[in-house]
Amino acid sequence: MRKKLIAGPYMLWAIAFILIPLAMVFYYGLTDKNGSFTLSNIASISSPEALKSLVLALGLSLLSTVICLILAYPLAMILNNLKVNQNSFIVLIFILPMWMNFLLRTMAWQTLLEKTGVINQLLGLLHLPPLNIINTPTAIVLGMVYNFLPFMVLPIYNVLVKIDPNVVHAARDLGANGFTTFVKIIFPLSLPGVISGITMVFVPSLTTFVISDLLGGGKILLIGNVIEQEFKQVNNWHVGSGLSIVLMIFIIISMFITNKYDRDGEGAVL
Amino acid sequence: MKKVLTAILIMALIPGILAGCGSKSEGSNGKVVVYNWGEYMDPDVLTLFEEETGIKVVYDEFETNEIMYPKVDAGAVAYDLVCPSDYMIQKMLENDLLAELNFDNMPNTKNIGSMFMEKSKEFDPENKYSVPYMWGTVGILYNKTMVSEPVDSWDILWDEKYKDNILMQNSVRDAFMVALSRLGYSINSTDEAELQEAKQTLIDQKPLVQAYVIDQVRDKMIGGEAALGVIYSGEALVCQQQNPDLDYVVPKEGSNIWIDSWVIPKNAENKENAEKFLDFLCRPDIAAKNFEYITYYSPVEGVKEYVEDEYLLNSPLAFPDPEQYTNCTTFHYLGEEADEYYNEIWREVQAAGTSE
Repeated sequence: MRKKLIAGPYMLWAIAFILIPLAMVFYYGLTDKNGSFTLSNIASISSPEALKSLVLALGLSLLSTVICLILAYPLAMILNNLKVNQNSFIVLIFILPMWMNFLLRTMAWQTLLEKTGVINQLLGLLHLPPLNIINTPTAIVLGMVYNFLPFMVLPIYNVLVKIDPNVVHAARDLGANGFTTFVKIIFPLSLPGVISGITMVFVPSLTTFVISDLLGGGKILLIGNVIEQEFKQVNNWHVGSGLSIVLMIFIIISMFITNKYDRDGEGAVL
Repeated sequence: MKKVLTAILIMALIPGILAGCGSKSEGSNGKVVVYNWGEYMDPDVLTLFEEETGIKVVYDEFETNEIMYPKVDAGAVAYDLVCPSDYMIQKMLENDLLAELNFDNMPNTKNIGSMFMEKSKEFDPENKYSVPYMWGTVGILYNKTMVSEPVDSWDILWDEKYKDNILMQNSVRDAFMVALSRLGYSINSTDEAELQEAKQTLIDQKPLVQAYVIDQVRDKMIGGEAALGVIYSGEALVCQQQNPDLDYVVPKEGSNIWIDSWVIPKNAENKENAEKFLDFLCRPDIAAKNFEYITYYSPVEGVKEYVEDEYLLNSPLAFPDPEQYTNCTTFHYLGEEADEYYNEIWREVQAAGTSE
């Protein structure tokens, strides 16, 4: 009984800010302006522009997820091998930028990457050719990787810390070399963290509109931007909600995959 | 680690929650609730008005006409005085959201230049519902050190030479205004063939454009990040002040001349106070204060006599003769159907290209 009471505030929160909004999205997504049922909002994903932006968003977010994984796994292993006080310091350094607003950090990248930006001025001083990636898909991927990398590192690190060192020692005692130990023991045991990290990078990358707006110069339209515009500029909540439902389907698929591999919830960060 | 991350997330949420709270207190003579564009009035003007009249000003800001409209329409907050642009006033009038003004309460409104009252008739046919606050044009801001030839036509925004050096406005009407003007069509066109042609020119232009932005045109042009940018006249003045290499021109094909005017919504609770405040804003000394602060042109006559800023007094951009803009038009509200069509083809422009 007492447990239920403690969960009360969260239940209220969940109803007010998760369930009701979700119900509204479905209501708007499945009705037209006169309030009658329609599937045309969801079908609007098949317009060439929306479809293209969805494919582009899927491509860019997959790419940044892969890059995050390649960067994060070794980092998580290094952190895991460090002594306790060393690693908490490094984790702190790693999380420190996250204390600053996400928008500001993305805008800082804008200043860094601009034609006359900090990076190009430095390259100019060294007589190197300028870097022209601002307002391209490359800049967007960079922004995604930068912003979401911690969400990949932390769950993997979390899982690695929990692996009993004796398991690794046993593998080595039985004659496995470092590589085999990694492939057969460490990596399979860390899989829940990897999967959780993949979802936590992939989902926000897929839905972002801020990063593509700021680093894409308004030239690259991702599905997140299409939805944002439907709500804010076009003022058509019905189509916006319909497209959100489509996007949710992709997110649910990735959640489904996560659950399949991460039954014990070991990789969960939250 | 769990705790740290939770703490971070909570910290990220707090400012958003706090921002939702506001204060509402009244002065000795009641209050007036004003809804204006962001950074569109000298804060001293509010203090002066409160001191002179004892009416408390509750001040709220919006970013675009499109954000303002649903808030006034829904009536969640009863605003007493709102400052939309021309075409949006037309839309508000058509949807019966505005109250008729009592000009007897506002003797200073006679200071408004007659040309602007005339121009206002395009959206407020009998001059009954709106009083102009600021006006301006849309044109090209260019960097004289980066552009060699004279700039006098929209065509230069299609010149291959300036690839990656062009900034366009990231809003549907402004972007199409540029294309339609260049093609010699009305900026209020609803003709599908004309709009398709305009769409195609914008798609052709896209590879040359560095970015589609709104507020950032200012910073990027001051910083020399681009050679040419489409910008509002009021912004151009600030840019030139900070970077003397910049100059502003209204292309010969014509452009958008816009007027932002004060209106009183039907559901206003303090209409008389709103009229007092509006009258106050039409006083030349107050209009001059606002002009100096935001550098958008004021339609109030006699403003120049009260301007003290040396730079503004000497700038050729600061006090243009409005009569020279005879080939410029205001935006009209085109109706829901045309709005949808514009949005649709603008989306096509935005999605074009970007295969890498």
